[in-house]
Amino acid sequence: MNKDTLLKQGAIWAFIVVELIFFSIAGSYLSVSDSAFMDFDNMLLLLKQSAPIGIIALGMTIIMINGNIDLSVGATYALSAIILLDSMTWPFMQAMGDWAIPLAWVFALLTGTILGAINGLIVWKTGVDAFIVTLGSMLGYRGLVFMYNGEQPTSHLNWTLVDFAEAQFLGLHTATWFLLGAALLLWLLMTKTVHGRNAYAIGNNREAAVNAGIRVGPHFLWNFMLIGFLASLSAVVFYSESGSVNPNDGMLYELWAITAVVLGGTKLTGGYGSIISTLGGVIAIQLLRKGLGHIGADTETVNLVIGLILIAVLFLDRQLNRKGKEELKT
Amino acid sequence: MTDQTPVLRLEDIVKTFPGVRALDGVSFSVLPGEVHALMGENGAGKSTLMKVLGGILQPNEGRIFIEEEPTVMTTPVQAKAKGVVFIHQELSLADELTVAENIWLGELPLKSFGRVNWAKLYEDTNAILKTLNVGFDAKTRVGDLSIANQQMVEIARALTVDPKAVIFDEPTASLTDAEKVVLFDVISDLQSKGVGIIYISHRMEEIFKITDRISVLRDGQYRGTLNTRETDEEEVTKLMIGRSLDLSRNESHHEMGDVALEVRGLSCGKLYQDVSFNVRKGEVLGFYGLVGAGRTEIAETLFGLRDPSAGQILLNGQEVRIKSPIDAIANGISLVPEDRKGQGLVLGMNCRDNMTLPQVDDLTAGPFVSDGAEIAIFDQYRDKLDIRTPGWRQTVGNLSGGNQQKIVIGKWLSMRPEVLIVDEPTRGIDVGSKSEIHNLIRDLAAQGYAVIVISSEMPEVLHVSDRIVAMYSGKVMREFTSDEVTEDSLIQAISGITADKVA
Amino acid sequence: MAELTKQGIGRVLAKQGILIAFVVFMIGFALANPRFIAVDNISGVIRSSAILGVMALGVTFVVIGGNLDLSVGSMMSFSTIVVLDLHDKIGPTLAIPAMFGLTLGLGAFIGFLVGYLKLNSLIVTLGMLSAIHGLTLTWSGGQNMDIADKSGTWFSVFGQGNIAGVPVPILIFAGLAIVLSLILSKTPFGRKVYAVGGNGKAATFSGIPRARIVFLTYLISSFCVACAGLLQASRSLGSQNTVGQGLELEVLAAVILGGASLLGGSGTIFKTVIGVLILGFIQNGLLLMGLAFYVQYVVTWVIIILAVWLDIAAKRGRLLSQIA
Repeated sequence: MNKDTLLKQGAIWAFIVVELIFFSIAGSYLSVSDSAFMDFDNMLLLLKQSAPIGIIALGMTIIMINGNIDLSVGATYALSAIILLDSMTWPFMQAMGDWAIPLAWVFALLTGTILGAINGLIVWKTGVDAFIVTLGSMLGYRGLVFMYNGEQPTSHLNWTLVDFAEAQFLGLHTATWFLLGAALLLWLLMTKTVHGRNAYAIGNNREAAVNAGIRVGPHFLWNFMLIGFLASLSAVVFYSESGSVNPNDGMLYELWAITAVVLGGTKLTGGYGSIISTLGGVIAIQLLRKGLGHIGADTETVNLVIGLILIAVLFLDRQLNRKGKEELKT
Repeated sequence: MTDQTPVLRLEDIVKTFPGVRALDGVSFSVLPGEVHALMGENGAGKSTLMKVLGGILQPNEGRIFIEEEPTVMTTPVQAKAKGVVFIHQELSLADELTVAENIWLGELPLKSFGRVNWAKLYEDTNAILKTLNVGFDAKTRVGDLSIANQQMVEIARALTVDPKAVIFDEPTASLTDAEKVVLFDVISDLQSKGVGIIYISHRMEEIFKITDRISVLRDGQYRGTLNTRETDEEEVTKLMIGRSLDLSRNESHHEMGDVALEVRGLSCGKLYQDVSFNVRKGEVLGFYGLVGAGRTEIAETLFGLRDPSAGQILLNGQEVRIKSPIDAIANGISLVPEDRKGQGLVLGMNCRDNMTLPQVDDLTAGPFVSDGAEIAIFDQYRDKLDIRTPGWRQTVGNLSGGNQQKIVIGKWLSMRPEVLIVDEPTRGIDVGSKSEIHNLIRDLAAQGYAVIVISSEMPEVLHVSDRIVAMYSGKVMREFTSDEVTEDSLIQAISGITADKVA
Repeated sequence: MAELTKQGIGRVLAKQGILIAFVVFMIGFALANPRFIAVDNISGVIRSSAILGVMALGVTFVVIGGNLDLSVGSMMSFSTIVVLDLHDKIGPTLAIPAMFGLTLGLGAFIGFLVGYLKLNSLIVTLGMLSAIHGLTLTWSGGQNMDIADKSGTWFSVFGQGNIAGVPVPILIFAGLAIVLSLILSKTPFGRKVYAVGGNGKAATFSGIPRARIVFLTYLISSFCVACAGLLQASRSLGSQNTVGQGLELEVLAAVILGGASLLGGSGTIFKTVIGVLILGFIQNGLLLMGLAFYVQYVVTWVIIILAVWLDIAAKRGRLLSQIA
């Protein structure tokens, strides 16, 4: 690893360290609570709270490395959640007792995967830009969410499920395990497998990939199925505990996920990015949320700060990549 | 040689696009161990033919034989699997990936669970790189390599299979002399293994140095095959363009006025250094040199697109500072850029709007653009430049290259500039339009414009210029008048051989 | 219409597809339910589309200039909250210009980042979506904003008034559409917007100040957002912080439906208006058929994909004939 890549991949972690130091110091003067910011339980909670957006952001990384984008994940998340909770109330499922839980999970995950597959198929077969396709399906899937249960929330609390979701294993919450597990698997996928390397190649130089015989359409389909799966996995993790879903849930999740991915340094044009850095991006955002709360800032300032940081990152990235004064001024 | 089985043989290949026969009954064959040059003007059908061979396009008629086996190739991968490898002129590499990943793109070695077999990948790659004798290894990121080394990666791709035929499309376009030597070694090595080579190039000296036979295409038709040893440049050229190459120099000199533009000691970082020249009204100044010699960068500086690091620019004796194209235009400098489609035109716009774009602010009636004024300008320059288009509403993207170029020239002429810079005026333009544009340039000078022509084609510079500046690697090597210039001295100058060394 | 005879029917279909789809669609709904084409219904639809429509007009400039604007939704919430808050504090006469000033300031900031600093517009406006949302919440303290004396203010005229029997929102929407359409299609500035979006490099090489043009498109967009905020505030005289949430994507959907390419350089105000009306009439038509509002989401989805797909297919056809 040369200096350049070290700088690029280390930046987000350095940022996290800066955040930790800042909030710890600022917190000791300004904090409204007595506990220290760098409290161990606090950090564990932080990881748990990062999970829903985090799992989606991991998938978004792959989509964006491909040079695509997926704006429909929020709606996919909501619809999967509804299926998860509602399916457990179906008569035959209730008859199964707690065995309904894994089946409900399967239904939910299948929902996400299918919705992802629909996006992927449209992108593949029509050649319409993924931005437009998923912009459309963001509306469309949200419509499906509403059609399922009108404007009513869908609720079902299963205590076995709640116990599972709230469990801690080796100190980490269930949700955290899912986040870390997904990150590990996807990291392996992107760095070790042919599919992952092809994802980089396609995003980097699509024509070259096509000429080399990589079938870009099916490749996209797989990745859209993957992000659909991850969006529903995120729903499974979150709603197993909460047990109630509003039809507006998950709105703007796509934007949060993209923010985390960009903070993690993934190139918008595709071809460059890393799962681990996205994980950093997710943690950095959550840290910022908690930290600002800790030093007594209003929760609303979080949006302001994150937005400005996103723009600052973009600006810095461009400054670092400038070729100097000789550059053509266009 | 004739009793050998050709590794590759084409028979009556026809490829049509709606309304045009890009290839019209092309037949030729490549023998094992032969370097077979394919020549032709831009637009003669070479690249279409190569795409057909590489499996990117399907021929409408005709057959392809590999070792006399009729073959159909529907994808580049299939072509490669059958031993026909295409090395692209435009690099098609993923620069964020490693050399190894690029070379084996689409066919990375597998382990269980779809994992990449990195050990095998690096081992195989390093073995190939060793035969190419390059100074980088399998794990290098392609984006960190020089253009020439990227070209070598492209070539290495051909060696992942046991190729029967390898197609090189303008492989030396961006190579230095030392790198060319390596490339030619690779080619002769392939040759000795009995591989047939198809070599596409515009450079006669290379063709005569390394090839065995030369096939020529013109307007999509096969014009014949010559044995390299029994022919000369003139015969090849005749086949290519249907008449002898006009290497005549510009004879007509116009009344010259004062110095319109003078440049003193202009430098721009590493791009070019200490460049000085001047151009008079009524004069055509040619800039000749290899790609990357810094000519285009000088033009861009004069047009305000680059900031010079040192030096002065004087217009009519007055020093000017040009910070943007807006300044340049205000000072009467215009640039017909090198990349017509990327920099010269908005392809989705109509002809008129493209032509009047720089002066649209001045063509107003009240707050609105005046249709009449715009159409008047368009009509005037359509007639003057003989632009063939159904009407001003025609989208520029639908015009031929020559007509597109005339729109760009018309765009700047209508601004009545004092200095007109034309960068590669005839790149990708057919022979007929070429000479029209050459005449146009001479005419403009006759009308008193100061014209700077940048070109990589020697006949072109010789033909239009009153004086020629030869550049090599960011420096002005020599300046010639059209009377004293010879082809040899020009070639020496742009290859970095200084005049006194020759003397 | 001399072009009609020259071009084949297919070409016309491809070119005017969205308009034809609109007409067919209107006839279909009218046959299903005659109330659909009653004057008061049509006027009602246009009126309720006005807010989305006004925003779409501005975004059309940004998109033709080759950029995106995802911040218009949260910016609209901002201007709504600000004008409502200031209404009671400094009176409507001062509140309106103050709100316009602040909103234009936000637009100028985005325009500076995207135009002069050349940052990616998707990410910049995504960041601004979040940042402006934060700004709005900070301004309002997270509370809903209401005008104290709802019946005693003339401020309601923009959202609720009528002039010569025509609702004011329709007049504002139509007026803006006409003015902006003239600017885009007839002025040198409009021409430059197309050039910058069509081929930014070529525009620079033609001496067009690309950065300034992009900057101005965002300024226009924020002006439209301010108008939309005014309409929204005046219509309801009270608002949540999130009133514009999600509108950015609906606006973009309308613009794309109108046929503007996300790559820039194509689209017109007229087509965007058609796109907005299609969305409005779908919603209305489905409501009249007794279907809930959210069914329109699904229908919109299908229509957008079909529209863009057909557009691509038509362009491909044209591309093939271009080689000839």
